[in-house]
Formats: sequence, structure tokens, C-alpha cells
Amino acid sequence: MKIKYLIPALILLSIISLFVGVQDLSIWNIHNFTEEQWETLLISRLPRLLAIIIVGVSLSVAGLIMQQLTQNKFVSPTTAGTLDWARLGILVAIIAFAGASTMERLFVAFLFALGGTFLFMRILERIRYKNVIFVPLVGLMLGSVVNAVTTFFAYQYDLIQSLNSWMQGSFSLVLRGNFEILYIGIPLVIIAFIFANRFTVAGMGRDFSQSLGLNYKQIMNIGLLIVAVITAAVVVTIGSIPFLGLIIPNIVSIMRGDNLRNSLPHTALFGAIFLLICDILGRVLIYPYEIPIGLMVGVIGSALFLYLLLRRKSYAT
Amino acid sequence: MALNMLERQKSQFETGDIALEVKNVSKSFDGKKVVKDVSIGVRKGSITSFIGPNGAGKSTLISMMSRLMSHDSGEVLVEGKPIKSYKSDELAKKVSILKQANNINIRLTVRELVSFGRFPHSRNRLSKADWGYVDNAIDYMELRDMQDKYLDQLSGGQKQRAFIAMVLAQDTDYIILDEPLNNLDMKHSVSIMKTLRKLCDDLGKTILIVVHDINFASCYSDDIIAMKDGELAAQGHCHEIINPTTLKKIYDMDIGIEEVNCNKICVYFT
Repeated sequence: MKIKYLIPALILLSIISLFVGVQDLSIWNIHNFTEEQWETLLISRLPRLLAIIIVGVSLSVAGLIMQQLTQNKFVSPTTAGTLDWARLGILVAIIAFAGASTMERLFVAFLFALGGTFLFMRILERIRYKNVIFVPLVGLMLGSVVNAVTTFFAYQYDLIQSLNSWMQGSFSLVLRGNFEILYIGIPLVIIAFIFANRFTVAGMGRDFSQSLGLNYKQIMNIGLLIVAVITAAVVVTIGSIPFLGLIIPNIVSIMRGDNLRNSLPHTALFGAIFLLICDILGRVLIYPYEIPIGLMVGVIGSALFLYLLLRRKSYAT
Repeated sequence: MALNMLERQKSQFETGDIALEVKNVSKSFDGKKVVKDVSIGVRKGSITSFIGPNGAGKSTLISMMSRLMSHDSGEVLVEGKPIKSYKSDELAKKVSILKQANNINIRLTVRELVSFGRFPHSRNRLSKADWGYVDNAIDYMELRDMQDKYLDQLSGGQKQRAFIAMVLAQDTDYIILDEPLNNLDMKHSVSIMKTLRKLCDDLGKTILIVVHDINFASCYSDDIIAMKDGELAAQGHCHEIINPTTLKKIYDMDIGIEEVNCNKICVYFT
């Protein structure tokens, strides 16, 4: 997996993504596009492409940071319950502040995601039995409890239907003007690059970090902050996309190791490529209808992940 | 030896001075006292072995001496200054500690791991001089031919040597090792103790080490500190401690001493 192959792949897939869809836009016809066709390209297709790339990059990076900080390959915003907390946050925002703007929803979702993730980390500190499988199970259980609470209140307030749209992520509703909040992920990913070495040291554990003079708590907090903001931004705009933050860092880790310096660029690029492939397939398979992206990622991702698990049993332990 | 390539800041502590000091330190976990009012001193430029039965508080004591753990009462002094008064990155250039590291599962190559030993000196970008330290540490621990292997591809002993190489690259005056001979066969145990001896004699490093086999302590260290039930049982020069009376007090065992090649060998098989 080399950068020089990943970048052309990303460009190629981006072009394909721009010209796949219900309305007929052909790249060979670009010189005599009608006004309407240009509008489709600029208002719908391009924003969709940008959203996919940003989500792919930022969710994968968030997953990588989480795995590094918890020293566990099975932890991600999905398995730690971060997603579920963000969703509960959105619900609370809708119920408590009627007519909340996207920005306000994002903020409440972020607060919940952050609180939930910290809670998860606190529980991790407490439990003595830190088995690789046990840790994400705790996260999943916590997430399910939160989800149950969310569903209960959504039911009470007759919001089940709109809640479902948060459950299953989709890029089909992305239009110019409603996805820009995702841009918040870009500076966060840059911060992750700057802190790459520190995250790697933190991944060696508390004792190593302290012996090397790293402020462990501070790095932990910065990392979790990045994860919470990214997750919240994605859930608010696109909905939840399970597994992405889990599979991508794992695949890259097998090939490039855990030195974030080496693996972060690959994780980011591969995340975007993977999500693009899922999205294009989802649009093509039952054309002119669309398979939700969350489903595509879930199916392709879990198959891939299962394959990885069976192939490299010794790797995760 | 080329590990000391850069001009080191002269410390006012000479070889033989008490440079690490613990004064009346206690520590409890959940109300149980694990270290009780212990006072010890470690001489600069020596190897000091910490011995004692399981659960004697050795690991806790050295964790406090390296600030991995805070102490409840008393004082820990590093070159005369309280350990709490050091900034963490400042301390990381003076004291390094390697705890039992067999549970670490990060996928790094040996070379990457060793290069993180330079983290306290140059956080993000390693200079040419830094890489010099890394290369030297790798050669010193004879890891050259496996430097690009991932840690999870190594045996327990190779891994242990890689971690020690990382500590060497950190290039601190004081090196604290918690049971570095764990998981090692005799050949590698001896070679690591010899390496430590060389570090101490050639480079003037001060080395603190927790060992279980008292014969390694007896043959390779200058001083011995013995703990029992959280209390200091004995401290002094190696030859003062290795005698049947003192050992009986520490281990509750009758241990005979034989002299082989000028080394005192403890015979504890009864």
C-alpha cells in the first residue's frame, strides 16, 4: 500500500463518483453541458464527493486515534458507543430546543459524544480484566443502553422516523449548503498529524509515556476531543456510518504498523477510497435506486473484517 | 563507546556520591501499606540490585523513584532535588525506567521503537545526532539484523533487548529496570547483565535493577538493597549483603555461599 498508488486511485474514483448518478452526466460530454447539468454537478455531485472524502478521512483517523489511545484494535467510535451518544445528543437537541440549527445540534451532539467517550475511558480505567474482546464489548453494551434510552424518548416524542435517518447514514441528501459543517474535520485531522508521534508514544501505555516525559493525560484528552468532534459532525450531517473507523485502521496497521507517522497518511487516504468505493457500488448496484452507505460499509466492511480476523488470529492478541 | 557523543552537561554529582535518595517514603494501596517508611541511597555510577521475596514492595519503590507513582509521604530526591520539582520532559532526560513490558502490543519495528527513546530530546523530528544514538543503541544490544522486524515477530528475549535498546537511546544518567531478566534464557540474562556492567563502567551510568535470582545480583552489582514486607531489610555493598545471616533474614531460607572465581554464589536449593 503505497501513497503513489493511493492518490491516483482516489483521483480516479473521485472522477467516477462525479459522473455516476440518476441524471445522465457523461464526462465525454462535459464541453457542451447544459446549465442544468452544470448545476447538478456543482450543487449535488461535487458536494457529495467532498462529503464522502472528508467523512472517509476523518472517521478513519478518529478510529485510529481511539485504537491507539485505548491500545485496543477493536475500539472505534462504533464499538465505544461514541456514535450512540452523539445520536442521543441530537435527539436531546431536537426535543429540548425546538427548531435548533444544525450548529446547535452539532454542539449538543458533540457534548454527548465527548461525555460518553470519557465515561467509556473511565470505565476502562476501572476494570481490571482488560481482555482485547472484553473492552469493546463494554463499549457495545454501553452504546446499546444509550440507544435504548434514545429510542424510548424518540418514541415518546414521536420522533422515531426522523431518528431512523440519523441511524442510517446517507450521502444522497448532501447538497451544497448542508454539509459544510464536515469541514471542521479538516483542521482536526491536521492536528492529528502534528500530534502523530505523541499518539504513538501514548499507544505504548502510561508507564512508557511517563518514562519518555509525555504528558499522558493531556494527549489522551486531546485525542478524545478530536474523536468526539469528528463523530458528532458526521452524525449530524450524514448519519452514522458503522465499522469505517474500525476496519480501515486495522487493515493499514497490518501493512504499515502502528507508528502513526507512517500509518496516518495511509489510513486517511484508504478511508476515503474505501468509502468512495462503497458509495459508488451503492449507487450502481440497484440503479436507479440507492443502497444506503451505512449498509454498504457494514456489509463490505464486516466481510473484510471477518476475513482479517480469521486470517490473522494471533495478530490482535 | 560512542553513546556519549554530545557534550553532556556536567553534573555536580561525582561517581560514588549518593545521587538518588529516598527518605522515609511510604505508599499504600486501598489502605494496605506496601512500602513502609523506607530510606535508601543509590551511589552514582554504580549498579544497585533490588532483591527480596515477591510482594516485598520493590517494584512500587522503584516506580516511585522514577515518578511513575506518587509517594504518600516522605521524599524522593534526584541529584538533591525533589523529584516532584522536575518538569516531566526534564526528568525524562535524566531518569528512564523500563517496567515489565510483556503486555505491550503495539506494532512497531525494532528501529522505530528504539527511535522513540529519543522522544524526550527531540519530540517530532529526529536529528542526525539522534539517529546516531539510535544506531549505537541497536548495535550495543546486537539488534542490527532484526531492526526492521515488528515487535510481534520477536521472541520474548529479543523483545526485551529491543526495549532495553530504547532505554539506551534515551541516554539518561539513571536507568531503572524492573525485572529485565524476565523471560530470558541464561545466555541472554548473562549478556544483558554484562551489557549493564559495561554501561556502568564505561559510560558512568547509574543502574537500578530489580532481580529475582540473587546470583545475578551477587555477581554483577556493586550495591544491594533488600526489601521484605514493604520494609528495608538490608542495604550495602554487595559483599556485605551476600552472607547466610542476612539472606536468612530476607528470604527465611538457609542459603549457603560458595566462592567460585572470586564470585559469591548462593546455593539456595535445599
